[in-house]
Amino acid sequence: MTSTQAPAPGKNTVIRRPGDRIFSGLSLSAGVLILVILAGVAIFLTVQGIPGITAHPDEVKSGKSFLPYVWPLVFGTLVAATIAMLIAVPVAIGVALFISHYAPRKLGQGLGYLIDLLAAVPSVVYGLWGIGFLAPRMVPFYAWLDEHLGFLPFFGPASATGRTILTASIVLAVMILPIMTAICREIFLQTPRLHEEAALALGATRWEMARLAIFPYARSGIVSAAMLGLGRALGETLAVAMVLSVGVGTVTANLIGSDNPSTIAANIALGFAEATGKSVNALIASGLVLFVITFLVNFAARSIVDRRKEFSGAN
Amino acid sequence: MTTTLTPPPVDVSRELYGAQLPTWGPRAVIAAGLLGAAAAYAVGANLLEAALVAWLICMVLPLWSAAVEGRRKATDRLVTTLVTSAFALAMFPLFSILWTVISKGSKVLSAEFFTYSMRNVVGEGGGIYHALVGTLLITGAAAVISIPIGIFAAIYLVEYAEGNRLSRWIRFLVDVMTGIPSIVAGLFAYALFVLFFGEGVRMGIGGSVALSVLMIPILVRSTEEMLKLVPNELREASYALGVPKWRTVAKVVLPTSLAGIVTGITLSIARVIGETAPLLIIVGTTDSVNFNLFNGRMASLPVFAFASQRNPGIPPQFSIDRAWGAALVLLVIVMLLNLIARLVSYFFSPKGER
Repeated sequence: MTSTQAPAPGKNTVIRRPGDRIFSGLSLSAGVLILVILAGVAIFLTVQGIPGITAHPDEVKSGKSFLPYVWPLVFGTLVAATIAMLIAVPVAIGVALFISHYAPRKLGQGLGYLIDLLAAVPSVVYGLWGIGFLAPRMVPFYAWLDEHLGFLPFFGPASATGRTILTASIVLAVMILPIMTAICREIFLQTPRLHEEAALALGATRWEMARLAIFPYARSGIVSAAMLGLGRALGETLAVAMVLSVGVGTVTANLIGSDNPSTIAANIALGFAEATGKSVNALIASGLVLFVITFLVNFAARSIVDRRKEFSGAN
Repeated sequence: MTTTLTPPPVDVSRELYGAQLPTWGPRAVIAAGLLGAAAAYAVGANLLEAALVAWLICMVLPLWSAAVEGRRKATDRLVTTLVTSAFALAMFPLFSILWTVISKGSKVLSAEFFTYSMRNVVGEGGGIYHALVGTLLITGAAAVISIPIGIFAAIYLVEYAEGNRLSRWIRFLVDVMTGIPSIVAGLFAYALFVLFFGEGVRMGIGGSVALSVLMIPILVRSTEEMLKLVPNELREASYALGVPKWRTVAKVVLPTSLAGIVTGITLSIARVIGETAPLLIIVGTTDSVNFNLFNGRMASLPVFAFASQRNPGIPPQFSIDRAWGAALVLLVIVMLLNLIARLVSYFFSPKGER
């Protein structure tokens, strides 16, 4: 007679080999390391930035205390990013719609690659293009704006070089176009086929189908795509630094003048090499401001995308 | 004998449909637009004005449609025209950038341009050898730092976490991290290295650390997507044979998704190799060749292009030409990396996946 022996209760029967333990330990620590890096970015910027925030006006190159110093930069950053968004959002939605629903299906993917190529172009190349190609060609346009729409505060005396905040915003718009297009395209393609066909079957034209079926479905996705683009536009450095001709602490509504407000990122890039002492800390502190702004924008955008995923059953 | 009476044919389409533009209508308008643009160009307009003429002529189509087909159809045609022109508008900067960089950059390309540094060069001559060396070393070191972290983190997310709260936070914050401005990564590296090396620190490895901050999130996301594509049956088959989990991951899961992972690595390298801002902060630039990542300033292609444009010296033309040349080389490298990534995923992906 044989008796089967039941495993002792409570004892873990899974054999944990050393290899397993090392491997899972490695992967866990890599995952945690990412959180540590992110926390590190915040902590190190804060530690190095605080002396810059509390610095006496005499100790920094700008000769101002931190808030008056950083305010024109925040203003410039927001203006440039806002104009870039105004240009890029409609174009991105149009391009995404063209690729997902208007272009022949076989062509769609290839056209998508073409747009993705725009994302691959390094920012310094955008900067060179902006300063060497775009800016000179914008000069007559700005002169025209000044002449005919000069009564608006946005179009004051025109710059003779074209290196204005409007030019910088156009370059920014081109740079953020690919990511917004990519996300909008993905979401437009996820629209339930039945919704589209139902709309068409009721006699809707293609545009009415887009309005009835695609846009309501994709609304939150479009919002988060726009916010991700906004995050990029706020943080983009080189293109702005190269294109913009900057005044000192300028805050102006004139978009086409020769004396422009700088952006946080461009100001750091242009000023860091010569900065010493507390001026470095002030620059790092302005970088901390930029980090906080972009982090919040990205956080909000990703939250929307994530919430959407749960509801739509996509992925 | 019977005769079948066939009713006279009725043109049903006329009764069921409203008035329509002829099928050749849109094509004719587009052709007219192209002809108009060609005519304008021949008269002496520049390319941009010619394109504008073509676009204005194409806007005739919705008007024509409004007259014949009614408001709804006209709106539809208007939107179709607008959506298509949005795409054309987006293509314009791409081709303009490619054309400008190639035409301005190819002038300076020569053997000397690739094999000389800028040491003791004033005015004409000199090259980008030092910048090429710097870019390759810094990006290479960034890849060495990022690839293990990125792949192991992705393995954790897919194989070990089982959807716990930590993994959800990691996944979310990795997404948020992809949006960190590159200059903030540079400042982070500076703030980190300043603790050890004192104020004004400039070294290549700092640039690698900064680039890693930008590269890791891209790598984690792409690797994670690829690991998720590996069918569970493969893992289960391996467990059934008594293979431990870590060997299953190393010998079954990773090899299956290798093509996708390599594609992700290549794309992430292409993404960071053109980054200028962090290198400007923590690496600086120099005119000489520097092979030592741990000592002093290094040149890199993007910073070289930026600095040559920004501080051209006298006469400025030679330096600005070199900036365009460096931009062209950089652009070619990035495009090649993108092409390689696509080819790898095209030829080496497991068949039937995509």
